[in-house]
Amino acid sequence: MTESVVLLDPTSERSGVMRARHAPPVSLEGLTVGLLDISKGRGDRFLDRLEALFGQRGITVERFAKPTFAKKAPDDLAATIAERCDIVVEALAD
Amino acid sequence: MDLPDDGLVLIVKEDCETCRMIAPLARDLEGRGLLRAVFSQDNPAFPPGLAVADDRDLEVSFRLQTEIVPMLVRREAGHETGRVVGWHRDEWQALTGLNDIGEGLPPERPGCGSLAVSPGMAEELQVRYGKTGLGSRAIAVDFPEDPFEQMLDRGWTDGLPVVPPTPARVLRMLQGTRRRPDDILGMIPPSGEICTVEKAAINAVMAGCRPDYFPVVLAALDAALDPDFAFQGLMSTTMGAGICVIVNGPIARRIGLNSGFNALGHGFRANATIARALQLMVINIGGAVPGGMDRSTLGHPGKFGLCFAEDESDPGWTPLAQTRGIPTGRSAVTVFGFCGTSINNAEKAREPVELSRQLGLCLNAVYHPGLAGGGLGAVLVLGGEYARIYHEAGWPREQVEAAVHKATERPRNRLIAEYMGEDLPGEPGEPIAKFAEGDLLVVRAGSNAGLFSTIIHGWSSGPRGSQPVTREVLS
Repeated sequence: MTESVVLLDPTSERSGVMRARHAPPVSLEGLTVGLLDISKGRGDRFLDRLEALFGQRGITVERFAKPTFAKKAPDDLAATIAERCDIVVEALAD
Repeated sequence: MDLPDDGLVLIVKEDCETCRMIAPLARDLEGRGLLRAVFSQDNPAFPPGLAVADDRDLEVSFRLQTEIVPMLVRREAGHETGRVVGWHRDEWQALTGLNDIGEGLPPERPGCGSLAVSPGMAEELQVRYGKTGLGSRAIAVDFPEDPFEQMLDRGWTDGLPVVPPTPARVLRMLQGTRRRPDDILGMIPPSGEICTVEKAAINAVMAGCRPDYFPVVLAALDAALDPDFAFQGLMSTTMGAGICVIVNGPIARRIGLNSGFNALGHGFRANATIARALQLMVINIGGAVPGGMDRSTLGHPGKFGLCFAEDESDPGWTPLAQTRGIPTGRSAVTVFGFCGTSINNAEKAREPVELSRQLGLCLNAVYHPGLAGGGLGAVLVLGGEYARIYHEAGWPREQVEAAVHKATERPRNRLIAEYMGEDLPGEPGEPIAKFAEGDLLVVRAGSNAGLFSTIIHGWSSGPRGSQPVTREVLS
């Protein structure tokens, strides 16, 4: 009755690494903004509007798209965005 | 008493007729100075008249790998050099080197099962006295703390109580597979953490699975980890997807998976626990906490897991697995990501054409009547009366599927008006079916009373979403 019960841990037994977020840029001047369409319905409309607004301010924009919202972005795409852009806006919702 | 390094050692239990029969012989051997130790599994006063060592904790029985009693072992310099089990006069005489023992006894009599191998005991002894080979962190919950509360507090559950994953239970679960505990099965979403066979077994124990369900659990997990299933997206979507496991083949009957009354409901252990095991892996290994990496807006009761067997009683109906490349007579699972179920009633339909039309109407309601043209999936579960009507009309599976698929067709312009579906290609009046080819699965289950069917609503389907995946169940 007083025995202890031993349980085996069902988790991965690993803790995630907490990384500090990048500080947002003070200004967008001279930066390249990536616009990532995750391929949800009408996400492109939102990004079209953003591209126009960035364009009015003279900010360089590059457009990208995931093949599908249902799966993770391909590694190559993530690497390309990281290489060519300073910040990214991701159109998430329908 | 320690196990002597040399001489004869006898293991007995009083609750064994053969042990009682050879008790005088044991005293004979002891009188001749040959018997160095007697260990009793159930009563240290048996056999009477001997110095008997108490082995009710079964440590010596375990160390000697005692499967049958009585067992006489000869040891030399700490090593076993021979053993006999049960009573066989010739063998006992050979092992003892005495040709005059056992006079008056029958030539042979089988022994009894050792308590060390009674159901559930072998793994307990392995944990207590042996090496388990398990690598997971062991957490002791000391009395009077309640392990059930502790597991809930640690977030190891889906909200319902789980079975405590003790090392012995996990060892028993691992008896359900030939795979090594440290074999890697894959990365569990959403976090992508590694899942080993051992971790899968721990979660299967917690879900309430029996060891003979474990091959089904492993096959379902293997299927879910196929990239076509889009497990990551399913387990983190705002739509709130759960895991549906459909089982075909002889293993369904072998493990008691229900395909009849209440097949999609409660009351059957295998149905209730197999998909739940996968969901617990997603929670515990994948880290899918609602509001965290599980982004379900509403979720649904099926997120606890849904598993059922297809009714294969009609030889004229091709089971689902056989339509997906599994040979007849083999067992298989098909995993399907789903976001809820709805029941259909078509009690006024009496013949297959009208029945199919009614089903088409019901299927059009999946998510939204105006949402069509592919991109979503469903499983249509036909109850017994549906099956009877199709069967009596001589309709095979292919004909049923084609008729139902056709019955979902609606004119393009109407769909656009209803759903603002401006992306639908084609002419205004062109008929558009609800589902793309292959995105509607049809299976049979349920009892024979009532003209009911159920739609299991899928998620985003096809190559851009989650596709059903079928895997053979391997022993």
